[in-house]
Amino acid sequence: MTRNGPVALAFHALVVAFMLAPLVIVCLVAFTPGDTLSLPTTGFSLRWFRAIFVHPDFVQSFWNSLRLAALAATISVAVAVPAGLAVARHDFPGRDFLNALFLSPLIVPHLVLGVALLRLFALIGATGSFPWLVLAHVLVVTPYALRLVIAAVVGFDRSAEQAALSLGASEATVFRRITLPMILPGITGGWLLAFINSFDELTMSIFVTSPATVTLPVRMYMYATESIDPMMAAISALMVALTAVAMLLLDRVYGLDKILVGHN
Amino acid sequence: MSALAPAAAPRVAVRPYLLTAPALLLFGTLLVVPLALTAVLSFNAFDHTTGVKNELTLAHYAAILTDDYYFTVFFRTFWMAGLTTLITVLIGAPEACVLSRMRNPWRSIFLLVVVAPLLVSVVVRAFGWSMLLGPEGPVNKALALLGLGPVRFLYTPVAVVAALVHVMLPFMVIPVWTSLQKLDPLVENAALSLNASRFTALTRVVLPQVLPGILSGSLIVFGLSASSFAIPGLLGGRRLKMVATVVYDEYLHELNWPLGAAIAIVLLLANLVVMLSYNRLLEGRYRKRLG
Repeated sequence: MTRNGPVALAFHALVVAFMLAPLVIVCLVAFTPGDTLSLPTTGFSLRWFRAIFVHPDFVQSFWNSLRLAALAATISVAVAVPAGLAVARHDFPGRDFLNALFLSPLIVPHLVLGVALLRLFALIGATGSFPWLVLAHVLVVTPYALRLVIAAVVGFDRSAEQAALSLGASEATVFRRITLPMILPGITGGWLLAFINSFDELTMSIFVTSPATVTLPVRMYMYATESIDPMMAAISALMVALTAVAMLLLDRVYGLDKILVGHN
Repeated sequence: MSALAPAAAPRVAVRPYLLTAPALLLFGTLLVVPLALTAVLSFNAFDHTTGVKNELTLAHYAAILTDDYYFTVFFRTFWMAGLTTLITVLIGAPEACVLSRMRNPWRSIFLLVVVAPLLVSVVVRAFGWSMLLGPEGPVNKALALLGLGPVRFLYTPVAVVAALVHVMLPFMVIPVWTSLQKLDPLVENAALSLNASRFTALTRVVLPQVLPGILSGSLIVFGLSASSFAIPGLLGGRRLKMVATVVYDEYLHELNWPLGAAIAIVLLLANLVVMLSYNRLLEGRYRKRLG
């Protein structure tokens, strides 16, 4: 196998620096003791982290986002498991169409989804409703859950199920005691991936949230377009930390490289 | 993917539909119906005092096609998305090659470093770039050390494209990496042992095999860049509008929903056309190689 030459490694170092620079600067500026966005030079301070907690709207948005992402991920998994089983195990007319439909939110720009859902919500009087916002998020995160469920269903040996059936287990028992435990890593991985994507979603949410249901990314976007102070950096640093925790969990239950770059 | 179960009992024919029913209900109500409603809305007449009217008109599409402002915005969006795609290919494809030549654990670690920022909120990343490129930011400080005057990056295409490349790079590295994994390193070695130069081995052996990965990566990158919202919103400011930020203005500031809907529909169609023609291109290439 060919090795990387010095030029290749120098190029690689630049790419890594490029990828990490914006995240690193956010985390450093978050600790600045000064009043402006600047790298801390005299010492580290937690004042901007404390500042977040005297902004009740940010705290409120954080809880909104957390609740929204947890609900959306749970519902999307509940929808994706039966759909994934159907698509992966049965051959039926319309299967390819349904599969493409269920994955299409990955292709349709979130901007278009936001605009379209705003129209629907305005017509049925659901503007600013939290349950409908949850459903909108379910729509955009279901493809992520579905992909992992399908991968889990396709990749497993059905002989255990058949053995249980031949020994007189009911279909419900087989599903509960064999199928579900075997595809559980796919389900948990799908839930976490759905959670992260819902928690970070901005472009669709900005159209369909109301002041009472504003999510954290939307609040941050609004705040950043008007004024910028180091508190934004502190919130961003917290988001980076939260994402890192979610990634660690994801790595434990499913394998991060499997999710990010596929099975190999 | 293949159906693993033979259709044994007759009730199996009903079961897949029952299993997909909840998802179908969800996607029908929240995807198909809203898109149809928006398509209709884009043909509805609009009056600044009375709002949306029930008459049908082509005026919004005519405005998009004839008004210089919208032409500028669409043109800017597509060239910036195109440039972003080009740069991501030029950085992402070699980087995937470098990564695939590494040994573990470095290989896994750096693959994560390059790909994992995908999971960090795009608002955070855009904010990071606005600090990096700001008048007091590290980039300008470094330029000052070299004796170069402060350069205004924010609210220029440079800032938007740099941040877009950052956001899109994982989408290029992933498919190229995947196609590199399928590539047999022995083939490249065979070419080298048959006295092909490194360059020939790369262009004649490696490149044709990773080309599908590069093409599918470009497709995703172009589509996502052309419809990106947070990056132009935070780094392009009020003057450097892209399609998504203009749609946002029409909806939430001008309140001209039909015009906003028409722009969104044009964006969706343009995206679909690009994707379909790319698919054609891909299929053509495969056929040529197989036939």
